[in-house]
Amino acid sequence: MNQPTGITRRDFFKVGLVAGGGWVLGFYLPRGEGVWSEAATESATTFAPNAWIRITPDGTVTVMLHKSEMGQGIMTSLPMLVAEELEADWKTIRPEFAPADEAYFTWITPTFGAQFTGGSRSIRGSWETLLKAGAVAREMLIAAAAETWGVEAKTCRAENGEVTHPASGKRASYGSLVSKAATVPVPKEVTLKDPKDYKFIGKRMPRVDTVSKVNGSAEFGIDVKVPGMLVATVLRCPVFGGKLAGYDDSKTKTIPGVKQVVPISSGIAVVAGGYWPAKLGLEALQVQWDEGEHAQLSSEKIREEFKKASEQAGAVARREGDALHMLAVVGKTVEAVYEVPFLAHATMEPMNCTAHVREDGCDIWAPTQAQTGTQQTAAKITGLPAESIRVHTTLLGGGFGRRFEIDFVADAVEISKAVKAPVKVIWSREEDMRHGFYRPATYNVLKAGIDGKGNLVAWTHRIVGPSILSRVFPDRIKDGIDNSSVEGAANIPYSIPHMYVDYVMKNTGVPVGFWRSVGSSQNAFITESFIDEIAAAVGKDPYEFRLELLTKAPRHKRVLELAASKAGWGQPLPEGRYRGIAVAESFGSFVAEVAEVSVDKGGQVRVHRVVCAVDCGKYVNPDTIEAQMQGGIVYGLTAALKGEITIENGRVKQSNFHDYEMLRMEEMPVIEVYLVESQEAPGGIGEPGVPPIAPAVTNAIFAATGKRIRKLPIRAEDLKKA
Amino acid sequence: MITFIVNGKEQTVEVIPGTPLLWVLRDNLGLTGTKFGCGMAQCGACTVHVDGNAIRSCITPIEAVSGKKVTTIEGLSQDTGHPLQKAWIAQDVPQCGYCQSGQIMAAAALLAQNPNPTDADIDEAMSGNICRCGTYQRIRSAIHQAAKMMKEGGR
Repeated sequence: MNQPTGITRRDFFKVGLVAGGGWVLGFYLPRGEGVWSEAATESATTFAPNAWIRITPDGTVTVMLHKSEMGQGIMTSLPMLVAEELEADWKTIRPEFAPADEAYFTWITPTFGAQFTGGSRSIRGSWETLLKAGAVAREMLIAAAAETWGVEAKTCRAENGEVTHPASGKRASYGSLVSKAATVPVPKEVTLKDPKDYKFIGKRMPRVDTVSKVNGSAEFGIDVKVPGMLVATVLRCPVFGGKLAGYDDSKTKTIPGVKQVVPISSGIAVVAGGYWPAKLGLEALQVQWDEGEHAQLSSEKIREEFKKASEQAGAVARREGDALHMLAVVGKTVEAVYEVPFLAHATMEPMNCTAHVREDGCDIWAPTQAQTGTQQTAAKITGLPAESIRVHTTLLGGGFGRRFEIDFVADAVEISKAVKAPVKVIWSREEDMRHGFYRPATYNVLKAGIDGKGNLVAWTHRIVGPSILSRVFPDRIKDGIDNSSVEGAANIPYSIPHMYVDYVMKNTGVPVGFWRSVGSSQNAFITESFIDEIAAAVGKDPYEFRLELLTKAPRHKRVLELAASKAGWGQPLPEGRYRGIAVAESFGSFVAEVAEVSVDKGGQVRVHRVVCAVDCGKYVNPDTIEAQMQGGIVYGLTAALKGEITIENGRVKQSNFHDYEMLRMEEMPVIEVYLVESQEAPGGIGEPGVPPIAPAVTNAIFAATGKRIRKLPIRAEDLKKA
Repeated sequence: MITFIVNGKEQTVEVIPGTPLLWVLRDNLGLTGTKFGCGMAQCGACTVHVDGNAIRSCITPIEAVSGKKVTTIEGLSQDTGHPLQKAWIAQDVPQCGYCQSGQIMAAAALLAQNPNPTDADIDEAMSGNICRCGTYQRIRSAIHQAAKMMKEGGR
């Protein structure tokens, strides 16, 4: 480090405008009592060197957040990056959600970008940019002080929100320098700090959002209140793809508080003065649906189709050597079919959005992971230019990929446009459960070839399932491969000479979407269970067997060794407890987990302890990493033990938390998280905790019972002692 | 017309008979700290106290609290100073935070009745409150910490 680093145009998209003197973005801030209103745009005395930082004369450093806060801690960790290079006083940092603007795009390819939160990218995708943003501001503040004092900039230094000139003892607070700093040229390159000098990065920092989340003042999308606002709730056709055919609202209109019934493109909405009358109005509505082509769809039929499709070759995701030939000639093969169900995200905050469509523009207050998508959706519905659509990102009561979608935004915009008033639409839990974008159900055929010496020499894996990208980013399907379907399967880390992984895309009519850890969420279960099966088939310890095959995967090996050692792998356990182990890389991070499990006579599985080792490269806030690992483990454990969305007559059978159950306090294992110190590039942290937990648990169940779980969720009846 | 006390203040509302307390708090009184999660007493996000007992406001008709004392997260303390709030802050319990008002209100009722809960007591009192972010381990730890603070002379 300590090498000067160049500033590209993409780092600060609008830097030229800034240097040109004053850059005004429309900022809209919450003010008292939950009412959002327009705040003053920047005054001449605000120092805004780039899209991320604004410093005012009172010394307040506003850090614009281009990512959404859905629990993963970005309100704290992104400002930590800025504050580090800015040499800011942490007490002066104030995070603020950025408006929708190209300056905040994440570029997936050089030409394809959007402002969104997903793919566990918030830190790893912002690291350099935010460090540079802070460094640029720091250098400009130093230059301003040096000019004021008539000294050379290199004789000054920045520290804790001040510029000092050690030789003369002069000091100036950042706030006192803003007018001058706004006039100095933006540096062409900056020098970043040596990591050994970091004051914030890598240290536990208390989360800035905690206080508001323990006293009820935190504002989620569902809490938004704007003057004159109405509240709506919606009903979609229970069958996927169905359409509204007719309705009778005579009873609805007799309910006090109901204002209007509005057919929308997704179904029908009842608009009222509050949620309860809207809900009563919706219940009183007589609706006829055209159920469309999926009215006969069922989970069983989907499974049969998948099974049939698995007999045909798919698009090749990985081919090394000649695995198919080897399977025919080796002495021993292991074969298995693995299946996983559709899963709902079930964020605690049901889908909701507030929109105010006017003739000259539109404001949207949304708990969204997709600012650009929100803006574009509203532009399309209203016909207004995108720049007249202002997106105000609220806190998100969970995201997990569900809020990457824009269906709930479209509802609010359509309804507001129809009733010509600000409208907050709130989905019931039942709508939320039944109209999700589900984690794909898949059907998997795996075969392994073992040579005469007991070596694993061939591996084939055929994945059959629906594709997320074919709906979301069809351009990113290459030669029949949806990377999100094969991640965690095509990139398994084991050294096997003959590998063949293919994918049969089979869309079903059930909408599928990004679900925390996406393809790896199921593929790690499948591949890490199958490798365990092979270990058993060759009579080896599952941990030792993995180590032997991880010769070219040092980071996998390291977390596996760390988790095994902290868990006491190989050492005796209390009676009735058994261990299982799994390792996976996802989103640039490496995670191994060891689960300690018992299975009672009735087949009930209890997970007592999970030991997790994570290597996410360089990291910002270790406390957040521990929390995200715990959260990912609970999310994955919930899916493994309970999660299943079933389809009958084209409809989702489940409706609420009584039939789509969540892990609860009484079932919570003790989780220990161990962090590998690493100078590798930063990896993701929101998702990588999820993939290893299901196989760690099912592998422990195998150790306990000799029964191999090949279909999730785990069912007590399959494990009951005869 | 229903009259009841919310966070020490008398309130009178006129709503459709049977309207759940949750929506009166949120839509009529502007107390949005209490959350809607399921509408059928399955998740606990709407937990408030009625005369000191933790109840699910999403299934409690407003008539049932007539003349009673309701405490919401906004009224738990004046200054975010309840030992549970302090412990939640010390341990950075919340992730998304959406369920946490309900979690804290459930925990506050537990500690009021049982100042020194065991893990089994916590399991029993807290298993009606879902946290999708998976903060249970920190919730448990923060409840123990708050109990300790109270014993050592906190509130």
